[in-house]
Amino acid sequence: MPSLVIKNGRVIDPASGHDGIADVLIEDGVVRAVGSGLSAPAGSKSFDASGLIVAPGFIDMHVHLRQPGFEHAETIETGARAAAAGGFTSVCPMPNTSPVNDNATVTSYIVETARRHAVVNVWPIGAITKGSNGEELAEIGSMKQAGAIAISDDGRPVMNAQVMRRAMEFARSFGMPVINHCEDLHLSGGGDMHEGLESVRLGLRGIPGASEEVMVARDILLAELTGARYHVAHISSRHSVEMVAFAKARGLPVTSEATPHHLALADADMHPYDSNYKMKPPLRSTRDVCAVVEGVVNGAVDAIATDHAPHPGSEKMQEFEKCPFGILGLETALGITLERLVHPGKIGLPKLVELFTTGPAKILGLNRGTLSVGVPADVTVFSAERAWTYDLNKSFSKSRNSPYGGHAFRGGPVATIVAGEIVWQC
Amino acid sequence: MGQRSSRSGLLGIEELTRDEIQAILDRARDFQPRAGEAFRKLNLLQGKMVVNLFFESSTRTRTSFEIAARRLGADAVSITAQASSVTKGESLVDTLNTLAAMRPDAIIMRHAASGAPHFLQRYLDTPIINAGDGTHEHPTQALLDARTILDRGAHLENLKVAIIGDIAHSRVARSNVYLLSRFGSRIVLCGPASLLPRELTQIAPGVTLTNDMDEAIRDAGVIMMLRVQLERQHEAAFPANEYFQFYGLRLEHLRLAKPDVIVMHPGPINRGREISSEVADSQRSAILNQVENGIAVRMAVLERVLLGAREHAVASN
Repeated sequence: MPSLVIKNGRVIDPASGHDGIADVLIEDGVVRAVGSGLSAPAGSKSFDASGLIVAPGFIDMHVHLRQPGFEHAETIETGARAAAAGGFTSVCPMPNTSPVNDNATVTSYIVETARRHAVVNVWPIGAITKGSNGEELAEIGSMKQAGAIAISDDGRPVMNAQVMRRAMEFARSFGMPVINHCEDLHLSGGGDMHEGLESVRLGLRGIPGASEEVMVARDILLAELTGARYHVAHISSRHSVEMVAFAKARGLPVTSEATPHHLALADADMHPYDSNYKMKPPLRSTRDVCAVVEGVVNGAVDAIATDHAPHPGSEKMQEFEKCPFGILGLETALGITLERLVHPGKIGLPKLVELFTTGPAKILGLNRGTLSVGVPADVTVFSAERAWTYDLNKSFSKSRNSPYGGHAFRGGPVATIVAGEIVWQC
Repeated sequence: MGQRSSRSGLLGIEELTRDEIQAILDRARDFQPRAGEAFRKLNLLQGKMVVNLFFESSTRTRTSFEIAARRLGADAVSITAQASSVTKGESLVDTLNTLAAMRPDAIIMRHAASGAPHFLQRYLDTPIINAGDGTHEHPTQALLDARTILDRGAHLENLKVAIIGDIAHSRVARSNVYLLSRFGSRIVLCGPASLLPRELTQIAPGVTLTNDMDEAIRDAGVIMMLRVQLERQHEAAFPANEYFQFYGLRLEHLRLAKPDVIVMHPGPINRGREISSEVADSQRSAILNQVENGIAVRMAVLERVLLGAREHAVASN
């Protein structure tokens, strides 16, 4: 593989604290040097990053790649391409495939398929319980040996507190974080959107913020009881954010992630009965959106994750209450985050990079998210200014369920480099 | 299928202005039969065709629309979900596209899912008239209720209207709230707390809430009772056995209201559950006037949708 020099970009590497114009030299798929005026070895390729930001490869710790089982919606290959186009060099697929990734065979299948077909790194997340049914623990140890890096029953909560306790104890012994989709299903009561003025107005069943909050509260207490590393997936409501901050203040190993859409959209922004605005957790009140943004600013939220959830048009083109939950996220994550957090001055670019790199890497214990010499050369080159419009019809995803089709962004990915190879370029 | 935002159908009261509502109510009066007479057969909509597409069972609304269309000289075809390809697994969009390809002038639709007609109207050029969508809106019901109130000589402005029952799941309540609020009525929504979301006070001006039926009825000029919709309850939101005791309308309640109070119910009524037989059959009850006005109001709506708001002024001369 020829070596590659990324020239004259603003290199932001939160892990080392580096932030300044520099070159990055990549050889044999690893970072060889970061510095100014690096001389490229003969025959090496050069990438001019003038005016651009050069960051460690972005990690999306929460995606749905739908393979095995739902290949009509997405495959590991197409999902990975969408990831690359969104500036991500690593993605972590949730286990709600068919069959569920609850044993080493499925984990190995995902790892092997990704090795052959995915242009980005794929680190699978295994199920907490068999079939993600919330009853019997899955084969957590074997999944770890096969390559799973965390456990979650995402898409569903672990409703039984005793099962959650045992899962936390077991995961701790394997050094894996437990990620929960926090939702008390009884309180959700089959709802389709956030419970509030909008749900009452539209005559749709509501999911109260408390549905998430009661489970976050329970899990934090269980994390303290068990000593497990605990992570709240797609945090969406204000009291959840407060409780994670509380847990952190107590010194518990509790972390959380927020999706770009929960940082950007409230229930009132939803086009009435448009299922491209239907996801779990639902778009909440403006007050909740502000609280999640505030959580990112003050550190209660550790990572931005997309919850990329492809569904084919035939499933999203139905009566609102029949449509499945979830929207695409990989290709628009950076653009939305710049728009919502960086351009209004809520956070700076180094913090943004942290949320996409060291944030998730620390939670998952991944040897990524940095440009330190000797690590695999996963690099995200992006612009904070480039004007572009999201053309859903050109998405690399197999599905089209996004509320951001046609949206004009200021800033987005420019090139994605995985192990020294440019896998996508705008 | 291009996206369009149609204003040509009738999806809800919420998107109508006071003037638009008033025009429909005024026009409906033209269509009311004189005492002791039948509805006149007109030919205003001759050559037009409407499809009644009912995905949820309904006798009165479907029949009422059908009669309204025929009284205006239009052809009306009724399809119920049981008889359609819905039961063969066809999607809602495909069903509607198929029907639209047969070029009806309007589709009258009832569906158990809130927003189903709104969702379809984005993809369909044929105007859709909402005959009730889930727990969202039932615009022609609110229009016929208003026509009935006006016929009894009441003024909507400052009128105290008590709407009592399962508000959370009621499309009739929502449409009535939007309509009455446009005309400055004072609307009191009343029911068990679990069926009375607090956010209701914000959906329109002039709305207050109470869990106390006496308070709701005191000095009311109109009492609208809602059917207890056990089929829309996903869990036990109240103890069913004591519902009538606290939220059933009985004769003694009427003493609290204005002497000329009008008692209304969108039907079908559950005697002994939300309304006593004595009240339902009393002279304060306007339930049968509501049914009669249903036809007149739907004639006005059909004319507006099929001929356009402007043309009918000419047609009425």
